[in-house]
Amino acid sequence: MKMLSTLQTPRSLSRFSLLLPSAVTTTTSSHFSSNSLPHASLSDQSTAVPPQSQILSIRHSLLSRQVTAVDLAQSYLTRLRLTEPQLHSFLHIPDDSAVLAEARELDRRIDGGEEVGPLAGVFVAVKDNICTADMPSTAGSRILQGYRPPFDATAVKRVKELGGIIVGKTNLDEFGMGSTTEGSAFQVTSNPWDVSRVPGGSSGGSAAAVSARQCVVSLGSDTGGSVRQPASFCGVVGLKPTYGRVSRFGLMAYASSLDAIGCFGSSVADAGILLNAIAGHDKFDATSSKQDVPNFLPHFVSESSLGSKPLKGLRVGLIRETIDDGVDSGVISAIREAALHFEELGCSVNEVSLPSFSLGLPAYYILASSESSSNLSRYDGIRYGNQVFADELDSLYGNSRAQGFGSEVKMRILMGTYALSAGYYDAYYKRAQQVRTIIRNSFKEALNQNDILISPAAPSAAYKIGAKKNDPLAMYAGDIMTVNVNLAGLPALVLPCGFVDDGPAGLPVGLQMIGAAFDEGELLRVGHIFEQTLNKFRFVPPIVADSIA
Amino acid sequence: MASTIFRTFKVHLFPLYPPSLLKITNGVLFFTTTQQSQTQQHHQNPQKQTKKVSASASATSTQSKKLDKIPKDYEPIIGIETHVQLSTLTKAFCSCPYNYGSHPNTTICPICMGLPGALPVLNSKVIDFAVKLGLALNCRLAFNSKFDRKQYFYPDLPKGYQISQFDVPIASGGYLDVDIPVEFGGGHKRFGITRVHMEEDAGKLMHTEIGNYSQVDLNRAGVPLLEIVSEPDMRNGIEAAEYAAELQRLVRYLGVSNGNMQEGSLRCDVNVSVRPIGQSKFGTKVEVKNLNSFASMGRAIDFEISRQVQLYSQGQDDQIVQETRLWDEGTQRTITMRKKEGLADYRYFPEPDLPAVIISQEYVDNIQNSLPELPEIKRRRYEKMGLSMQDVLFLTNDKNVAEFFDATVAKGADAKLVANWIMSDIAAFMKNEKLSINEIKLAPEELSQLIASIKGGIISGKIGKEILFELLSKGGTVKGLIEEKDLVQIVDPLEIQKFVDKVIAENPKQLEQYRGGKTKLQGYFAGQVMKLSKGKANPGLLNKILLEKLNSKS
Ligand SMILES: [Zn+2]
Repeated sequence: MKMLSTLQTPRSLSRFSLLLPSAVTTTTSSHFSSNSLPHASLSDQSTAVPPQSQILSIRHSLLSRQVTAVDLAQSYLTRLRLTEPQLHSFLHIPDDSAVLAEARELDRRIDGGEEVGPLAGVFVAVKDNICTADMPSTAGSRILQGYRPPFDATAVKRVKELGGIIVGKTNLDEFGMGSTTEGSAFQVTSNPWDVSRVPGGSSGGSAAAVSARQCVVSLGSDTGGSVRQPASFCGVVGLKPTYGRVSRFGLMAYASSLDAIGCFGSSVADAGILLNAIAGHDKFDATSSKQDVPNFLPHFVSESSLGSKPLKGLRVGLIRETIDDGVDSGVISAIREAALHFEELGCSVNEVSLPSFSLGLPAYYILASSESSSNLSRYDGIRYGNQVFADELDSLYGNSRAQGFGSEVKMRILMGTYALSAGYYDAYYKRAQQVRTIIRNSFKEALNQNDILISPAAPSAAYKIGAKKNDPLAMYAGDIMTVNVNLAGLPALVLPCGFVDDGPAGLPVGLQMIGAAFDEGELLRVGHIFEQTLNKFRFVPPIVADSIA
Repeated sequence: MASTIFRTFKVHLFPLYPPSLLKITNGVLFFTTTQQSQTQQHHQNPQKQTKKVSASASATSTQSKKLDKIPKDYEPIIGIETHVQLSTLTKAFCSCPYNYGSHPNTTICPICMGLPGALPVLNSKVIDFAVKLGLALNCRLAFNSKFDRKQYFYPDLPKGYQISQFDVPIASGGYLDVDIPVEFGGGHKRFGITRVHMEEDAGKLMHTEIGNYSQVDLNRAGVPLLEIVSEPDMRNGIEAAEYAAELQRLVRYLGVSNGNMQEGSLRCDVNVSVRPIGQSKFGTKVEVKNLNSFASMGRAIDFEISRQVQLYSQGQDDQIVQETRLWDEGTQRTITMRKKEGLADYRYFPEPDLPAVIISQEYVDNIQNSLPELPEIKRRRYEKMGLSMQDVLFLTNDKNVAEFFDATVAKGADAKLVANWIMSDIAAFMKNEKLSINEIKLAPEELSQLIASIKGGIISGKIGKEILFELLSKGGTVKGLIEEKDLVQIVDPLEIQKFVDKVIAENPKQLEQYRGGKTKLQGYFAGQVMKLSKGKANPGLLNKILLEKLNSKS
């Protein structure tokens, strides 16, 4: 238990952020276990210490042998087991023995003085629409129940090569189609801040797992906001990279021209380090970019080394259309607070208008549905996945798909099929592509006048499970903040910036920062400074403390 | 992996037929099923029909009397869609090889199986080959084209869509020049090429011997194809077959495909319609598939033309419907495979997994400069060498034969003589031994040497042939063989005279008969002398001396 508390939030030692508090070996351990546990109560926030990179802490403590990989693994596994019955973040968790074997092997290598990768010993959760060769990969769909791919997705392969330990497959809306994770064919995931609320979606499992410290970082996928919105709902950092920055090979396609694998972490640094690991050209994805991936680590300097106006001269554009009608007042005030914080850091903050902003939502739903209707054609019950036997082929197809897909997936396939049909193509698909070009251009223009653009990540904080389940249009409307970024292919970073006063301990609000294509470095630099200087809040959900107490 | 992933399923190929026809109960496949049903449905007198067809099919050039009437009143319109399988080392979008006839599902991977998460990456050779063929077909190239998805469900199509090109094909607006063989009327024809586009092949369905199930073999899935669409410029089966044959020649010359029809590397679907002369509107077109040779293509088209003309002339042209018909080799007729109810909606849209295909002028110029001499240019060149059209067509039909011919001529041999040797003895040898010209041991310089040796009188033509077969099967040089076997022709009259004298002396009876008027025996004497000289005596001298001796009164 001591291990648990120290590993999860070494906050009181922020000045020595690279040092994992050595609860195991020093006499000061009681100090951490007694009062360093985070409580996210709104009243307690004045004492908050900015989040530190768990990845760097783990690396330091492993290499200095303050802690063994096995101990580390055990502490995460214990917390995972404790919290999972309430959260249901995972669709698949491998045997402890498999994870511990990996940890033991890592300890052996460290003891033997061997080089270990930058993610050595880091617990990584993977969204279940990303292929893993040694675990099931179902995309949250009945039609792929029990399916095991014969290969690892490139992102997973890179995480493993760098020493990361895959801790399990996380829950999602079926094939990534949804904003609540209620669209999973298998289970509903709860928000760690309030288990009666949704974690957002579609990467709700990955966001909840990081939020509840069931893992260190996680991989998600973002087609219209599926990393950023759950990051906002769960109070974690979510990074949607530029389209093409991360290989899509092994990501089960939803909308190929919009899909991006993204990263979750409990700090900006962790999301950035994970991106560093998985980014770069892949010969198995013709749409992956050959742009160099810079090392983001130098951006993650400690708070103490920042000057008084560390972002002096940075031009920040607040997108006017995102703080308008239809957005919760609590969210708007949190974003305005964030804008003030940017000003305190030396930025000039101006409102910018993106008149095409509202066009994004319908264009997104037409394009994404069109592509999904095509991408999901391969789930025909012939070669893999669930087959419903029938006497002739059409029935085999029909029954396998009717029973294999959930209603949201069917609806999008139907919409997409319609939009691509002869006679409708020009009015829908082609028109939406034209809108996409307009949106891309208007972002380009706005980013010529501003270094970054900011907006809420979602129009509200996490809502109750079931609240929008039968109202797809209301759910789609929740994607208004994020879909434009996918249409433009830009990178965006969401980090928690405040709370709305709701739920048992307040609900986190995420700030979205949008940057120029392939400029994740700048987003991470600015995001890190924002995060490190925002000492009013802590974003550790009560469930973690509750489960340990 | 394959065994756990592939399932068996039952195929419903003919949705228009009553259920009773759908049971596929044995390995005779669906062809049998449809054929029988069609025979009953559409042809009241199948016996008679078959007879008529086989008559016309057995002599393609001299068509049946019924067909002779066609051109007077009706004009057939024929267009051809050809799929050429490219002989790239790997498939279009993955690194699997493709070898025809491999054990099912042995050359497959997650990409060509369409597994979740797999993505296509274009093999750049496919573009090279497409540009090559586009240039060879005198097409305009699209410097900025793209791939599109053509969507339909079928078990041999793993992704549920085919990666193809829709509105911007890589090449369009070209033509193909063809020389019609003399025996089919001769003449030079130019057929328009509408477009050439790149796409991927589908897998194959295998219908099991027992049980009502089918299985999928995905070895062929993802193999690159070029689809070549012609203008509707052909007017009869011969023109269509010659167009296809020229296309085959072209892809073989270019090295982009083996063009093998039996293996399905070159597949032709033919659209046939007929209209009364003078009518400007096209008739309803019918698609004919399953054409496994140029001969069957010609016959299938001629059958289809006569079928349609017959319906027209009987006032039943409303029975010509838009449909796909299969050519049945057994009965020599076309039969309905499926009727087309309206246009299929493939819901094409740009393939988001592949970037645009952008080519530069420099790239195109490089390919243009690397093109080999194409058949049409070769034919014109050979014509100028004074060869007959028959020779020209024979020699240019196979690129390797043409190269052998050119190499022999380059060594100084007379073109006509070289053509004769290649077309007679060498061709016969290759046919008997089932060898290609690259597999025979004879080198072009030796053929040139052989021709020179005969022309120079060093060896006789007869010995020349003997040496040729030695060279073809075992190799070696003409000089070496002549020396080794002591085959130099005897041109010394005195030496020949000695042989003649000896033979006459040894055959007194025959000499008496000859002189008694049986002059045919001259051949007998000549043969004996040649035998005695071991074939080396110069035939002209031999005969001259022999005649003198036989006719002298000594
Ligand atoms: Zn393959």
